[in-house]
Amino acid sequence: MNAEVASVEERKQNLKGMGTARRRVEDARFVQGKGNYVDDIKLPGMLFGDFVRSPYAHARIKSVNKEAALAVPGVKAVLTADDLKPVNLAWMPTLAGDVQMVLADGKVLFQGQEVAFVVADDRYAASDAAELVEVEYEELPVLVDPFKAMDPDAPVLREDLEGKTEGAHGPRRHHNHIFTWEVGDQDGTERALADAEIVAKEKITYQRVHPCPLETAGCVASMDKVNGHLTLWGTFQAPHAVRTVASLISTIPEHKIRVISPDIGGGFGNKVGVYPGYICSVVASIVLGVPVKWIEDRIENLQSTAFARDYHMTGEISATRDGRITGLKCHVLADHGGFDACADPTKFPAGFFNICTGSYDIPVAHVSVDGVYTNKAPGGVAYRCSFRVTEASYFIERMMDVLARKLEMDPAELRIKNFIKKEQFPYTSALGWEYDSGDYHTAMEKALETVKYKALRDEQKANREAFARGETRSLMGVGVGFFTEIVGAGPIKNCDILGLGMFDSCEIRVHPTGSAIARLGTISQGQGHATTFAQILASEIGIPADQITVEEGDTDTAPYGLGTYGSRSTPVAGAATAMAGRKIKAKAQMIAAWLLEVHDDDVEFDVDRFVVKGAPERFKTMAEVAFAAYNNVPPGLEPGLEAVSYYDPPNMTYPFGAYVCVVDIDVDTGVTDIRRFYALDDCGTRINPMIIEGQVHGGLTEALAIAMGQEISYDEMGNVKGASLMDFFLPTAVETPVWETDFTVTPSPHHPIGAKGVGESPNVGGVSAFSNAVNDAFAHLGLTHTQMPHDHWRVWKTAERLGITA
Amino acid sequence: MIPGSFEYHRPESVDGAIALLNEHGDEARLLAGGHSLIPMMKLRMAVPSHIVDLQAIDSLHGISEDGGELVIGALTTQHEVLISDLLARKCPIIPEAAALIADPQVRYCGTIGGNVANGDPGNDMPAIMQALGARFRAVGPNGSRDIAARDYYEAAYFTELEENEVLTQIRIPTPAAGHGAAYEKQKRKIGDYATAAAAVILTVESGRCTSASIALTNVASTPLYAEAAAGALVGTDLGADAVDTAVRLAEEITEPTSDGRGPADFRTHVAGIMVRRAIARAQKNAG
Repeated sequence: MNAEVASVEERKQNLKGMGTARRRVEDARFVQGKGNYVDDIKLPGMLFGDFVRSPYAHARIKSVNKEAALAVPGVKAVLTADDLKPVNLAWMPTLAGDVQMVLADGKVLFQGQEVAFVVADDRYAASDAAELVEVEYEELPVLVDPFKAMDPDAPVLREDLEGKTEGAHGPRRHHNHIFTWEVGDQDGTERALADAEIVAKEKITYQRVHPCPLETAGCVASMDKVNGHLTLWGTFQAPHAVRTVASLISTIPEHKIRVISPDIGGGFGNKVGVYPGYICSVVASIVLGVPVKWIEDRIENLQSTAFARDYHMTGEISATRDGRITGLKCHVLADHGGFDACADPTKFPAGFFNICTGSYDIPVAHVSVDGVYTNKAPGGVAYRCSFRVTEASYFIERMMDVLARKLEMDPAELRIKNFIKKEQFPYTSALGWEYDSGDYHTAMEKALETVKYKALRDEQKANREAFARGETRSLMGVGVGFFTEIVGAGPIKNCDILGLGMFDSCEIRVHPTGSAIARLGTISQGQGHATTFAQILASEIGIPADQITVEEGDTDTAPYGLGTYGSRSTPVAGAATAMAGRKIKAKAQMIAAWLLEVHDDDVEFDVDRFVVKGAPERFKTMAEVAFAAYNNVPPGLEPGLEAVSYYDPPNMTYPFGAYVCVVDIDVDTGVTDIRRFYALDDCGTRINPMIIEGQVHGGLTEALAIAMGQEISYDEMGNVKGASLMDFFLPTAVETPVWETDFTVTPSPHHPIGAKGVGESPNVGGVSAFSNAVNDAFAHLGLTHTQMPHDHWRVWKTAERLGITA
Repeated sequence: MIPGSFEYHRPESVDGAIALLNEHGDEARLLAGGHSLIPMMKLRMAVPSHIVDLQAIDSLHGISEDGGELVIGALTTQHEVLISDLLARKCPIIPEAAALIADPQVRYCGTIGGNVANGDPGNDMPAIMQALGARFRAVGPNGSRDIAARDYYEAAYFTELEENEVLTQIRIPTPAAGHGAAYEKQKRKIGDYATAAAAVILTVESGRCTSASIALTNVASTPLYAEAAAGALVGTDLGADAVDTAVRLAEEITEPTSDGRGPADFRTHVAGIMVRRAIARAQKNAG
């Protein structure tokens, strides 16, 4: 294309900037199987580690005998807690202010807990030897039910905390109590409930699930004993934070640690925390002087790495008889497992659960959360949601339906009646958040119109009558869900992890020939950062996205950042990218003015060039400016064209959306057919519509999985049930319905480009829409709430309880 | 998920395989498509020292008709079953059931012989073979013998097959022309074993059921041949009373375990629903 004659539109298209459905640049390597994941890394002399894990949920370790294992040919070492103690690594800090055993120190607290680490020449020898490590256990009483955790005679799980009455988040009142977290106006809320015309109450459990990324966790640790440098490749969603933590706990100076996140096969929160496998690999590499690789298998991943949810919520919502909400109260019993390894900002032990007033103008509210220990795996990560936001959204969206039943009001109408109005933004919620922007009425109206909501309700009425007459054994349900997310953690004033403020960063170098590289503190696990961040920059600095390389994940080259989770990359690193781009543009403008021999203020940016105001035929393209930056800059200006931005967001962003799900339930088999799912998302400014659509598809599929089948459950002995993909529900294309996506655009007023983040919205909004639909199918028979997952047998049991099974 | 170490053998004849079985006794296991054995080995629930791979034995492959019998070689894959014209014409319930097994990748490797031989109660083909009255040909050091599918299964993973025998063929009396058959399977997702499944084969003349057989999958430690349930249909016009009786009799013989697919009472109930639906569809397919 001739730059001089191309139209503005052509020049914009050439950039493939924001708003373009640009194809993902990552996909060429992924679809060819040419990605570079941690298990693809092969180093000379590399050894392999494997764990001996506890078969018991709670037991004392009487002895560990390594002899037979050490006799296996190829075995180089067997580590136990006693071997880690001299280097002070038998325990490690968790992200939640607790400590966690790296290898079992005297006892085990959950089935699958790491007891010993075997290192051998290959995986086979390591696995053979792990079978031969003899561990003598003495079984202890097992605590599975979180409601019994704080019974006076409940077993003592954490002997290391004996006598410790002060935890990381305030006083502990029982040996299995971790914290109590309270927000809101308790007295005011109690008064509102007491004075209310209508109060609806419900117990809502969000079951324990697991993010189950396609790639399990793993790492390769390589200690160079000559120069004292440690290189650690791993499945890290926050490589820079891992480097800092590694330095703090290993005492290796931070400049001698290099952490690299290569391609990552999905994270969904599961790869935010630090796992014993990382520590053991590092120690083994230090001891043995060669690289050590550790890769989990699927069962290990499901059984022992970070779970999500496991929130037992009791809610009360009050309203006037005509459906105006007057108050909301919620108590949560949070099952954290054997160690508190939640991944939340330090000051938020229950994450942002206090977003649970949702999209509604609720005058007064109170939330209290009790975290307790049980004999289950630790975790509590945000599984494709911002911190505990999906629990909050599920809670309020179920409560809205429960209240609607009680009021005998249409659930969509109740929502519309209580929405925060467009003109109320920025809106401060009763639980303290300042919502940046929203237009809920427009989104809901568009959704209801598109799905022809009224007609669906008419059809449902006819279906119910036909069912009553015995003409069909299928019941139709319509689930309406409206969510408000809180993402983009976050402002340093209230968000940090282990003292590290949750800013993020971007560093840009423009090369002499007009191409560029941008490095960020985040790390893609499938989000398509290399595609979208280049688009932000293309629009900001006028260099085509195809000429911008985006690089992340190597702490030696990328600027420091807090990583990718909680839909924070676009709100925080995306903002840093725009801000760094603007620094580039400012310098470029000076250079352009110099080349055009006019004053700085007399040139203006025009897509991919600077033009002299009022004389558009006089211009310098960004490529020309880039070259000049290296040989002809104005006097007093440094050569080069680089910039870096560390962005501390002034506020979170609040994406929202309206979802409608239509199901048909076969009451004889409990099989639920998802007839239709419509998802309208408002994520503010849309950078790449195709990537947004892909994110929504993925998030809805995970929401389907959670609502309809996923569960990590335990028997009374604390044995994990179904920790393999035979049982754990990972939907295939066959189980996944066709998704209908839609959008409105309400930009964030405080974000440089108005973007809000989208990766997690569909999971946050989706789960309640599915669940509401299933509950709605039985609503006319008196059902107000039934627990997830809505798998075949539970749905059938619901039908049985309601007396409609044959 | 790493199996123990083992010796790998690849005989080219059934005799060669039997010789290896004789030599290594219970330390040897036969490998067909590998989709039952290898997962068990990865979990170290099976730790055989010798694997005898049957893939290279040509005589174990293929589908043919021999007199009044359909003969399927044990190493025939589920995919080959699925695309067989002969089976589609003469015995469509077999390809119908094959299509419900796992996913295409599994079906390209998994074999019908492996599916019926090892006594996994979750497998689909055993109930199909019981409903069809199939016989399994077992060849051992002393020659061959045929074992009726209805007599073959003793308990989960325990069968009539001797340690030194190879199941070489499945022999199915060619079903009567115009028979109606159906396999109804409820599962949680692709790749899952049945919550419950039912195979029904009927012949119907002038509206009356002249013969019936019913078998159930994954609602006991073995497949279940529901003889009494089928008997309740014969001689009837397949009206509501007869079907209700058959469903009740089928439900009565189930002994499912409670697992992730649901509690036992639910799985028994689903078995009844599957029988009911399979009867209705088989009736429609008849004639």
